[in-house]
Amino acid sequence: MKKTIQLLASLGLMLWGVAHAETGSGTGVGWGALNLPVGVTETSREIHDLHMLILWICVGIGILVYGILIYSLIHHRKSKGAVPAQFHENTKLEIVWTIIPFLILLAMAVPATNVMIKAYDTDKVEKAQMTIKVTGYQWKWRYTYLDEGIDFFSSLDAKSNAARQLGSKIDPTTVEHYLLNVDHPLVVPVNKKIRILLTAADVLHAWWVPEFGWKKDAIPGFVTDGWIKVEKPGIYRGQCAELCGRDHGFMPIVVIAKNDEDYKKWVAEQQAQQQASKSDASKTYTLDELMVKGKEVYKSSCAACHSPEGEGTPGVFPAIKGSSVALGSKDDHVKLVVDGKNAMPAFKDQLSPVELAAVITYQRNGFGNNKGDVIQPSEIQAHQ
Amino acid sequence: MTAATHDDHHAHGPEKGFMRWVTTTNHKDIGTLYLVTALIMFFVGGAMALVLRAELFEPGIQFVDPAFFNQMTTLHALIMVFGAVMPAFVGLANWMIPMMIGAPDMALPRMNNWSFWILPFAFVMLASTLFMEGGAPAAGWTFYPPLVLQGGNHLPFAIFTVHLLGMSSIMGAINIIVTVFNMRAPGMTMMKLPLFVWTWVITAFLLIAVMPVFAGAVTMLLTDKFFGTSFFNAAGGGDPVLYQHLFWFFGHPEVYIMILPSFGVISAVIPTFARKPLFGYSSMVYATAAIGLLSFIVWAHHQYTVGMPLAGELYFTYATMLIAVPTGVKVFNWLATMWRGAMTFETPMLFAIAFVVLFTMGGFTGLMMSISPADLQYHDTYFIVAHFHYVLVPGAVFALFAGTYYWLPKWTGHMYDESLGKLHFWLSTISVNVLFFPQHFVGLAGMPRRIPDYAVQFAEFNAMSSVGAFVFGFAQLIFAYVIYKAIKGGAKASSEVWEGAQEHGLEWHLPSPPPYHTWTSAPEIK
Repeated sequence: MKKTIQLLASLGLMLWGVAHAETGSGTGVGWGALNLPVGVTETSREIHDLHMLILWICVGIGILVYGILIYSLIHHRKSKGAVPAQFHENTKLEIVWTIIPFLILLAMAVPATNVMIKAYDTDKVEKAQMTIKVTGYQWKWRYTYLDEGIDFFSSLDAKSNAARQLGSKIDPTTVEHYLLNVDHPLVVPVNKKIRILLTAADVLHAWWVPEFGWKKDAIPGFVTDGWIKVEKPGIYRGQCAELCGRDHGFMPIVVIAKNDEDYKKWVAEQQAQQQASKSDASKTYTLDELMVKGKEVYKSSCAACHSPEGEGTPGVFPAIKGSSVALGSKDDHVKLVVDGKNAMPAFKDQLSPVELAAVITYQRNGFGNNKGDVIQPSEIQAHQ
Repeated sequence: MTAATHDDHHAHGPEKGFMRWVTTTNHKDIGTLYLVTALIMFFVGGAMALVLRAELFEPGIQFVDPAFFNQMTTLHALIMVFGAVMPAFVGLANWMIPMMIGAPDMALPRMNNWSFWILPFAFVMLASTLFMEGGAPAAGWTFYPPLVLQGGNHLPFAIFTVHLLGMSSIMGAINIIVTVFNMRAPGMTMMKLPLFVWTWVITAFLLIAVMPVFAGAVTMLLTDKFFGTSFFNAAGGGDPVLYQHLFWFFGHPEVYIMILPSFGVISAVIPTFARKPLFGYSSMVYATAAIGLLSFIVWAHHQYTVGMPLAGELYFTYATMLIAVPTGVKVFNWLATMWRGAMTFETPMLFAIAFVVLFTMGGFTGLMMSISPADLQYHDTYFIVAHFHYVLVPGAVFALFAGTYYWLPKWTGHMYDESLGKLHFWLSTISVNVLFFPQHFVGLAGMPRRIPDYAVQFAEFNAMSSVGAFVFGFAQLIFAYVIYKAIKGGAKASSEVWEGAQEHGLEWHLPSPPPYHTWTSAPEIK
């Protein structure tokens, strides 16, 4: 037994060493390798301090309890000629070891309560200066800036996505920020109290950036909230923290905190881009253009369920290859993709008319379907 | 007390062959059936865990599709909870409770047979989902909607499995309560009951109270999926979080259903090998009852992140923290029992000591995550995975090992192989820590649970964890072999088995192995 404890102790010491080495080297990822990050918000710092406080209290109690146990194991063994005592109760002692733990708990409850009250103050004592709505989808996030009119989806970046496929033969260590990178990061200004509203389109998700100190569930049909006030410009990474199906492990969160000036520049760029994509929708495209674009969209939006080769998942997600929808009428196909049906989400919010036209065209002409017809963005808009 | 050998010539032997096990109403036979089933399921659930750990050995997806990974996560948990740990404790209860309280058998022997024989069918039904289109349930053992409502045909099968397991558990629980309340030998007052019996009585009440809630919740899932109701669908006026409240109202007592009988086993083993009476018997009984009661009013600490009101968060924080008090009392009592004893370290005692050390570790992390603001970080990370595996593996499972080694000579009449037992202990204890300790670190550093692949900075600890998992898994083959060997033969065990054990329970007054029918005339308790 003693050996086990020694082993554990040396393992602990070793890990402690590694922890300090890690902090020194600064990986740039911003995640401590062994402990909760201190983070970049007041909440995260307070939670980190609270965590360390409870941890050390537990370590203290542990040393006491394990110390008594080890002493007893060494000295009160039969092989050392110990004669068993016969005592079996001591009311005073039993009262003491009921009361003292209770007092220790009380001492922990006070700071815990204070931190929780602050973490819950989304918009009461201190008003929020802006609001971002975060919507969880299988398996991507959607960010809507309620006041700025910016609205986009954020999915796993293409490099990670290629490397994470079964049998991809790509070494994950060669991919920068493997599984923690996205195509469109959320951008926020520093030192502004931002209210985050959370909801989901399909199943439960949970939005979590460890450096901000909290996570909260995104629940379809309900809105939950939290708040951040990032103190330092930088890139902060997190992941979905509530099991949400097959690709739960592959919907990371990346938040870039910018100072006010850079943030305003970014907002202007986004607004200009959204304008441009609207005018794209009025153009007419060739089959080849749509097929190239459609393949891209298919990979990021459809392949997770319907498989990269369009074969689907038997019994759960239907195949596209040779499907009656892809080979059937244009209208039915457009309606299914745009409006959704049962487990099939409505893609009208997730994809632009150009992307929708491209991906439907791709589905009708790829995978050996060769239907030969072309869907134009204008047809999608007509449907909507 | 009368010698049981006196009753031998009255005893009727069991039937021969396979039908003995199908038709048996004998508590020892049924106990054996439960224990063997639990051991088999332990290996099945363990093999699934090794699929998970093999996939998690290094970053990238090497072996299984993420969807199959989720099915393995779900089935591993369901099988370990409902197939391994719970049936194993019911097996111990069947074998030991009548022998400990001086009763000839369980009060309701035919129902006892039925509650066992439901299990194999339930698990075949659950396993059959693996071969269906769309595969087995993949939404985690918690079955959270709306995710659980997606997917293939598995749902009704998984739900009927839960119904069957619930029926089996409730019948088993009723049987234990009726037996203990009505069939104690004269003079065996409630406050003389061995602690193992007490912990099981309290566990049985928890089972009766919460299994119907779980059955109700999953039935609501069933009607949501197939009959158009909207209990958990916001679009129809329902609430997905309602399911979580119902589930954890069952789920939190459920985790104590797995740990309270462990406390009973440890409270039997430590006094025997410390050669001292159990310290603080009555406080142990009250602490167990307190833990049982508290288990009903803390459920939402599993849901600190669903957006409860502040008052809810704080209430569940305080209530949960309170559990540390009676749990602490138990640990201190075990320490005081060892204190100034004359300890020897046979395999059951080794596992009991490891239980005290490692369960306490799980208790510490449990206390940490009771603090709701801190849990906003811990929730759904590997820190949680480490916590509940510490209380369930070196907790509940080690208690089962301790109990098995402790009573195996009594059951078989043969001493088990002590050096193999010790080898099993050391391999298990070291590997279980290599397996679960690093998970605290990756969890704190930001690795979510239930993911098939992870960012590269978690690679080293995950590799370590996987190595520990495989050593732990294969070390259990030694356990199976030790049991097999003791059944086949070995040094003859005396009726007392352990030095001075007769001080510690009625079962040690019976011969080893005990005759097929024991205590046909009740012993007298001083």
